[in-house]
Amino acid sequence: MSTLTTLTNQTELAYLDNNATTQVDQAVLQEMLPFLSEFYGNPSSIHRFGSQVGQAIEKAREQVQKLIGASHASEVIFTSCATEASATAILSAVEAFPSRKDIVTSVIEHPATLQLCQMLERKGYTIHWIGVDQRGRLDMEAYKAALSDNVAIASFMWANNETGSLFPIRGMAELAKQHGIVFHTDAVQVAGKLPIQVADSGIDLLSISGHKFHAPKGIGALYLRRGAKFRPLLRGGHQERGRRAGTENSSGIVGLGKAAELAMQSIEQDSARIKLMRDRLEMGLLARVPNCFVTGDPKHRVPNTSNIAFEFVEGESILLMLDQHGIAASSGSACTSGSLEPSHVMRAMEIPYTAAHGAIRFSLSRFTTEAMVDQVLAVLPGIVEKLRMLSPYWDVTTNQPASESFSPVYA
Amino acid sequence: MWNYSEKVKQHFFTPKNAKAVDHANAIGDVGSISCGDALRLSLKVNPDSDVIEDAGFQTFGCGSAIASSSALTEMIIGRTIDQAMSISNQDIADFLDGLPPEKMHCSVMGMEALHAAVAQYRGEEVAEEHEEGELICKCFAIDDALIKRVVAQNKLETLEDVINYTKAGGACAACHEKIEWVLEECLGAPLAEPEPVKANPAGATSIVARIRIIEQTLEQVRPQLQADGGDIQLSDVDDDMVFVSLTGACSGCGLSAGTLAMIEQKISQALGETITVYPVGAASLA
Repeated sequence: MSTLTTLTNQTELAYLDNNATTQVDQAVLQEMLPFLSEFYGNPSSIHRFGSQVGQAIEKAREQVQKLIGASHASEVIFTSCATEASATAILSAVEAFPSRKDIVTSVIEHPATLQLCQMLERKGYTIHWIGVDQRGRLDMEAYKAALSDNVAIASFMWANNETGSLFPIRGMAELAKQHGIVFHTDAVQVAGKLPIQVADSGIDLLSISGHKFHAPKGIGALYLRRGAKFRPLLRGGHQERGRRAGTENSSGIVGLGKAAELAMQSIEQDSARIKLMRDRLEMGLLARVPNCFVTGDPKHRVPNTSNIAFEFVEGESILLMLDQHGIAASSGSACTSGSLEPSHVMRAMEIPYTAAHGAIRFSLSRFTTEAMVDQVLAVLPGIVEKLRMLSPYWDVTTNQPASESFSPVYA
Repeated sequence: MWNYSEKVKQHFFTPKNAKAVDHANAIGDVGSISCGDALRLSLKVNPDSDVIEDAGFQTFGCGSAIASSSALTEMIIGRTIDQAMSISNQDIADFLDGLPPEKMHCSVMGMEALHAAVAQYRGEEVAEEHEEGELICKCFAIDDALIKRVVAQNKLETLEDVINYTKAGGACAACHEKIEWVLEECLGAPLAEPEPVKANPAGATSIVARIRIIEQTLEQVRPQLQADGGDIQLSDVDDDMVFVSLTGACSGCGLSAGTLAMIEQKISQALGETITVYPVGAASLA
């Protein structure tokens, strides 16, 4: 018997941590199941067992092609995850352009990019770490200054996973083109949430992850513009036309394809509905809870994400109390991750410690309901108040902060 | 989410003595908001009997920080100061049916707050910040005196233990080497006397010993580099790779490849093994 506690049929649960991972869509699951049972052939085999799986993979490739607006299905390579896709992109450029020893990226990237670039830095590459302002907007002047003929690749996330803030990727890609620089974007938090059209952009490489938009974990994809110089990360078999060796995760690929198709069908309606719920949640919290503010760029962000910093409380404590009420969210604070500092994103935006430790991320999906939003609005103000009453930095007699509060000024 | 015991959850969700004690005559403040947790412990002590008649806490921090604070107050009310002072951070953790290893620093915070409050009650002069010892971890403002105390009380043996129990080194990691030195001192390993750099035919053993030899080698070449307006810093050691940053005139110098080759040869000779020296930029993620 399973030792896991089932979470289904508990209608009071509110899952608002969709930037971490999403629920697999039932339609995706149904599409995948035959590829975990009767269609078990190796797609590289020429017999019928293999060829029918191979055909399903090519169908999925076309579905992903449509999601990202690529010109050719063959520009899509399936990977195990977005981390592999991004590593493939960056290491490919480094190997393909050995005379170029510079890399340009930002200080708020996902660890998949950050740690890879730090490793390359130790190997002697010069990494241009581009900073952000308090709203999480890229220092475009520093970005332009870093571009040169020495740069092998510019790699930037399209939307930040903590705040949802968007970088102006298309314009950045065009600037990179002027120096012949390979441009890669980690579009994990954008795929399925906003329309993507890589065909008419300067983007050479783009990473996505299935489990961020209702496909299962363990499947990702890399867009590789036709004609771009490329070196595979995994060498061996001839899968993916030699660009990614390794037997395909057939069921995962089929699931990713179906999830891409579903996202394409409803991306505009879903985004509009999700944004309305997100904004209602956000405005409700800002109105009900004193001394809190939205981090990131409120105007330019994906529609599903809201990161709110609650001053003078610590994120893990908030999450524990939310969890007690059946609400799942996420914290950029320290203790939840095992690290002890606030997230590198909060630090890079110079969010003061009084607020950075209490930053909570709410991320919605098409399965989020109005009732879930109501649930958060009903319980979170009381949680913050309770924790503040425990805090030495809160004056219980005046119900005001005992020390200086932070008021972000957004130019 | 952490796998907390039922007792930790109980003390977190329904904490005991969460208050500032009226007419407190002993207050201990530890931690800070920048560190992510802080505790103010207030006590009302009977001056005739030294019995702690009331205790309250105000804590900014995670679930285990709040639970540890609550547990501490429960443990000390009704005890004399001397009895309370015999409580260790492990006792706090045991009272809560254990804490995750990464959260043991929350129990240490409770113990430190108690010591600070008692010192104030006794009118003892509390040492200025880091007056006791050398500042080791700048991120969390932790000195070697605290590390040594916690290492001794909890019989810690590894860098990871020190991070879990004190938070020192839990952020930027720049102080890990220093922590290992303090740890080595506590564990009684040979230290202090700088050993002459010599070939090690058997190959250097511990990472600490290897780093020391590398540092000593760099110290030998440093005056020469400084005379030319440059300098060198050790950045990282990873297996057979040594990463250094050249600064000043050495950075971008046309002869830096030759300099690095010379340093590589000297370090290889000193370690008794073949290593490769890689130059890295001085600036990284701040």
